[in-house]
Amino acid sequence: MKTFMPSKFVVLRDKDRCIGCKVCVNQCPFDTHYYDAEDDEVRSREQNCVGCHRCVTFCPTQALTISRNPLDYRENFNWRSENIEDIFRQAESGGMLLTGMGNDKGQKIYWDHLVLNASQVTNPSIDPLREPMELRTYLGRKPDKLEVSGSGLKTKMPPQVPIEVPVMFAAMSYGAISINVHESLARAAAEAGTLWNTGEGGLHPKLYKYGKNTTVQVASGRFGVNPEYLNVARVVEIKIGQGAKPGIGGHLPGEKVSAEVSETRMIPQGTDALSPAPQHDIYSIEDLAQLVYALKEATNYTKPISVKIAAVHNSAAIASGMVRAGADIIVLDGVRGATGAAPKVIRDNVGIPIELALASVDTRLRQEGIRQHASLVVSGGIRNSGDIVKAIALGADAVYVGTAALVALGCHVCQQCHTGKCAWGIATTDLRLTKRINPEIGAQRLVNLLRGWSLEIKDMLGGMGVNAIESLRGNRLHLRGVGLTDTELRVLGVKMAGE
Amino acid sequence: MTCLDGTCSVRRQLWETEMRNLRQLNNPYGEDKVIAACSIFGAMDTSGRRFAGKDVIRAIANMHVRGNGLGGGLTAYGIYPDYAEFYAFHVMFDSCKGKEATEAFLNSSFKVMKSEEVPTQPHPAITSPPLVWRYFVEVNPDQCASVSADDYVVSAVMKINTGIEDSFVFSSGKNMGVFKGVGYPEEIAHYFCLEDAYKGYCWTAHGRFPTNSRGWWGGAHPFSILDWTVVHNGEISSYGINRRYLEQFGYQCTLETDTEVVAYAVDLLMRRHNLPLEIMAKVLAPPLWEQIERMPAEEREFVRALRQVYGSLVLNGPFAVVIAHEGEIIGLTDRIRLRPLTVGEKGDMVYLSSEESAIRLISPELDRAWSPMGGEPVVARIKPGRRASRNRSSELVKA
Repeated sequence: MKTFMPSKFVVLRDKDRCIGCKVCVNQCPFDTHYYDAEDDEVRSREQNCVGCHRCVTFCPTQALTISRNPLDYRENFNWRSENIEDIFRQAESGGMLLTGMGNDKGQKIYWDHLVLNASQVTNPSIDPLREPMELRTYLGRKPDKLEVSGSGLKTKMPPQVPIEVPVMFAAMSYGAISINVHESLARAAAEAGTLWNTGEGGLHPKLYKYGKNTTVQVASGRFGVNPEYLNVARVVEIKIGQGAKPGIGGHLPGEKVSAEVSETRMIPQGTDALSPAPQHDIYSIEDLAQLVYALKEATNYTKPISVKIAAVHNSAAIASGMVRAGADIIVLDGVRGATGAAPKVIRDNVGIPIELALASVDTRLRQEGIRQHASLVVSGGIRNSGDIVKAIALGADAVYVGTAALVALGCHVCQQCHTGKCAWGIATTDLRLTKRINPEIGAQRLVNLLRGWSLEIKDMLGGMGVNAIESLRGNRLHLRGVGLTDTELRVLGVKMAGE
Repeated sequence: MTCLDGTCSVRRQLWETEMRNLRQLNNPYGEDKVIAACSIFGAMDTSGRRFAGKDVIRAIANMHVRGNGLGGGLTAYGIYPDYAEFYAFHVMFDSCKGKEATEAFLNSSFKVMKSEEVPTQPHPAITSPPLVWRYFVEVNPDQCASVSADDYVVSAVMKINTGIEDSFVFSSGKNMGVFKGVGYPEEIAHYFCLEDAYKGYCWTAHGRFPTNSRGWWGGAHPFSILDWTVVHNGEISSYGINRRYLEQFGYQCTLETDTEVVAYAVDLLMRRHNLPLEIMAKVLAPPLWEQIERMPAEEREFVRALRQVYGSLVLNGPFAVVIAHEGEIIGLTDRIRLRPLTVGEKGDMVYLSSEESAIRLISPELDRAWSPMGGEPVVARIKPGRRASRNRSSELVKA
């Protein structure tokens, strides 16, 4: 069938600069560039280009420019090009439209409507270059009060996990991303004093040595879950849902289940890895409590048990139930959370913005007097240290970053993760591509990012006149809203700027 | 609260229908918190000997320029020895109606042993003062079967402050009292005849420099609940989270001043959670994590747990406070010491002050004077066996 899909990009090759070295041909896994031996010339199949800029970055003579195809449809607010082309693709394939990364729609990003406070006159700002500034956060359940006997502590503290910067790497499974990316994340987490997350595809044995900085996931497919996997970790996370695809499961096609993936996931090589939509032993909150305590028993009460859900309409009530079911950490993943593969319609339409979910969950847990019983971690579209500081002021203990970490490794957010052809060697298990990530350099890039963010967070804290992150956590008086309605301000629990 | 059910439904109706908004009085511009710079002073005779207020007044007056005349106040401990077993309510009224409602409430909730106006004398700077009365009351055991007498009193104070028109409780502890108002502290002290009329073993004083314009007598320091009092200099940048944390435990921060959260934090930690004073100080101004890591194992576990559990109560931002209750006084600054505090010792006397000059004015030949490190609590206690002491053991300790 002839495709009606137009090219998204045009490839401009400067003939004066091109030396015919074929680097672009070798770098592009989408076969956009090819060498025409007859004419001895490098040419392009523009319809294949995804705009990942791998060729542009690696062209030694800067001969390449990628720009948007200026093809204009007749102006129509309802029938924008995306809507037309989605129908072309479905009319040609008869399937669901798959995509990768997070929601790319223009829904309101509340971070951009929140501004931060700083000290003037009545209160000195603190210079983090000259004064101590503390970012350490402990994740885990806290008792309501401490009891002392004599000069000693009588209360036995539940397990607490320190992170030196309130940023962790979000769950991304081996299979969805390569082993080299897993190793980059693990090494960076160890060096920066934070945690990375295996996602639901198990933990490769060669990464067990990073267990102290590892959160392992137990998801609906139970891939790679065994006693050693649970006990090597610092935190065990039950994955109920994710922001990119709330309420649906996952499917790793058999061709991605290589020998190594097969070993790690504990499934036969070449078989599809299917994650059911729900966990089939969790149909209710009391079932969740059973799994939480089964994992606590399996790890002898030495590790916090985290529960991750997608942010949905009644997250506040669900979160309260999760805390009461024994969760020590609650993770909320918002509508802009990313994925290796999800139906486009789900990614773009299901779930709620993380800022609103975070505010309502934190408020609800405080109203019930149980906020201290669980740490609150949020994810889904955190882009920079400003977003992180705002999330903490709204009430989060820490954030997860997935896309931002991958961007540090080279991801250009071209949204082709689901194809398995990632030109940057990240979201793929193709050995020709995965070697493009060097774990040593990858870890260095991630550590650099966390270091830069830490410096910025310290500067913002000092400006607000506090020198420990716990004085910002839930301190919404340091936030003001701009361009928000009364209802939005009420849900966020912040005042309008100028008030 | 439960013990009041059924006993005074009329009052309950009053609180519900006539809930007044204290913010309108104290915080007319609706700011997050009322920002104030200040002078603070405290003096205790650790032998338990009681002394008149005039030296304390001279000392706080010496720091006149640290205030702006929009708030001053003093606390004195040990001033009502004849009524030492009764809760002494100091209550201000802006109207006779408020007084009538409060008295009706007090009569229905307590056994009122004595009530009288707090004596005053005219001062040219004090214009249109409110009525200030004191009531010595006893808790009727029948009325608070399910809660402690202290909790019962706290709940009554909350109800008067938030529910009864034109009434505000200055203090509610035994054998102590708070005197405060709009004016410089020396003017307020003169107005309430504090120079010679009262003798106490411990005094605290405060001169205020609020940056919002409207002064309100109830908004002056010291802030008090039961016999706990706080005078405070500084701005608490962590106010937003301190307040949200305390709200989880039922405290209503009606005044929106950051000092109020200090008073409630102290009440929560020491009275309700039974933490010793030195431990409480480590919650409010905790050691740095890197200092904690260098502590011996047992202490490390303890202090780490304190920060993990009570992180939301860290007072962050510049502050110096003098906190007192029966037989004990404590001085504390924030952990990087952004507000001044000096300690002076002379014989049995211990002084805490924003400025050393104020101490030297009234006690020129000090045995010792020093400035504590940031976050280092200075605690003075009545020596064992003395009159005001009740199971208080150690002498002045640099904790």
